[in-house]
Amino acid sequence: MEKSKEWPLWEVFIRSKQGLNHKHVGSLRASDATMAIDNARDVYTRRSEGISIWVVPSNNITASDPSDEDSLFEPANSKVYRHPTFYDVPDGISHM
Amino acid sequence: MMEIDNKELENKFQQKIDRDIKIEPNDWMPDAYRTTLIRQISQHAHSEVVGMLPEGNWITRAPNLRRKAVLLAKVQDEAGHGLYLYSAAETLGADREQTIDDLHSGKAKYSSIFNYPTLTWADMGAVGWLVDGAAIMNQVPLCRCSYGPYARAMIRVCKEESFHQRQGFEIMTKLAGGAIEQKEMAQDALNRFWWPALMMFGPSDADSSHTEQSMKWKIKRHTNDELRQMFVDVTVPQIETLGLTVPDPDVKWNEVKGRYDYGPIDWDEFWQVVGGNGPCNKERVDARRKAKEDGKWVVEAAMAFTNKRNSKKSA
Ligand SMILES: [Fe+2]
Ligand SMILES: [Fe+2]
Repeated sequence: MEKSKEWPLWEVFIRSKQGLNHKHVGSLRASDATMAIDNARDVYTRRSEGISIWVVPSNNITASDPSDEDSLFEPANSKVYRHPTFYDVPDGISHM
Repeated sequence: MMEIDNKELENKFQQKIDRDIKIEPNDWMPDAYRTTLIRQISQHAHSEVVGMLPEGNWITRAPNLRRKAVLLAKVQDEAGHGLYLYSAAETLGADREQTIDDLHSGKAKYSSIFNYPTLTWADMGAVGWLVDGAAIMNQVPLCRCSYGPYARAMIRVCKEESFHQRQGFEIMTKLAGGAIEQKEMAQDALNRFWWPALMMFGPSDADSSHTEQSMKWKIKRHTNDELRQMFVDVTVPQIETLGLTVPDPDVKWNEVKGRYDYGPIDWDEFWQVVGGNGPCNKERVDARRKAKEDGKWVVEAAMAFTNKRNSKKSA
């Protein structure tokens, strides 16, 4: 079978309602951004799942390396004092 | 050295699975896990897409506008399911076009159920009710599959799937409660789809080569026979409610086991259909191949248009 020139891959982000972030919902193939938006509407919002769509060419996304997980995210674990539960609040103190 | 590293990675991987931590696309995974998933997800994708054909057959002949709109919406959902699944397979490094070409060359399989013809309108009822019903039984546990993108696709699919079964059952209810000829049509559709629906869960556990490893990897959560039994147990009472007859004289409630017994499955038929010799195998694959060939100029024209516009922009 002869190979056709495949359309590029796009990542789709949807804002489900006003006031919320756009959230990644999946990907699809389309020849350009307009078609990617149209296809995303047809595929990902057939039951009012969204009011706004972003599409991003997949190859424009830079991701952190999962094997760097320890060195990247460990410092957060060792800094427990960044959380309010680290501190003792004396009895009788409220509104804090 | 290399081998020791791999063993260690594999142990870490299995520990993650055991602790119900999802595997994501860029995480290390054993080659066999990757190839198992690519095979299963692409087969699943092909089933969604080929599955549009037996129902598409009735869109123009639906008995009224409401039924037509419903069937159209259902078939459109199945196209979406195919897309979610091809995308999930792509996250594992599968080449989408190659995956589709494997279907067209006969190398890749899809659910054997779609190789049966849809002869009457009642088949739209039986397919929605039984085939989508069996698919749901399979797909609900896959929502907890260890591979993140597959699990997420399944959650979306299951949400959409529930109306598929209901609209099918609604068609059956109408026919079963209608004129004698309509009730006979409903019974006939049930007779033809009952056994193929049971076969959808795959070979019996004794003959299922992948089950054990897939359960260890938490790709699968139940064996084929467990799922088949669950399906029989929920479906038999539905058949009775419809006032139809289960096309298996061996079906009866087993008080001791707390489930229905059922008769032996014709595995020869199953392997014949899987092997390409079902009533519609050739027709289905030909239809998919033709769709790709006929649509090729659209794919190319859209890309040529984009390239031309991009080169104008940069000029
Ligand atoms: Fe589906
Ligand atoms: Fe469905």
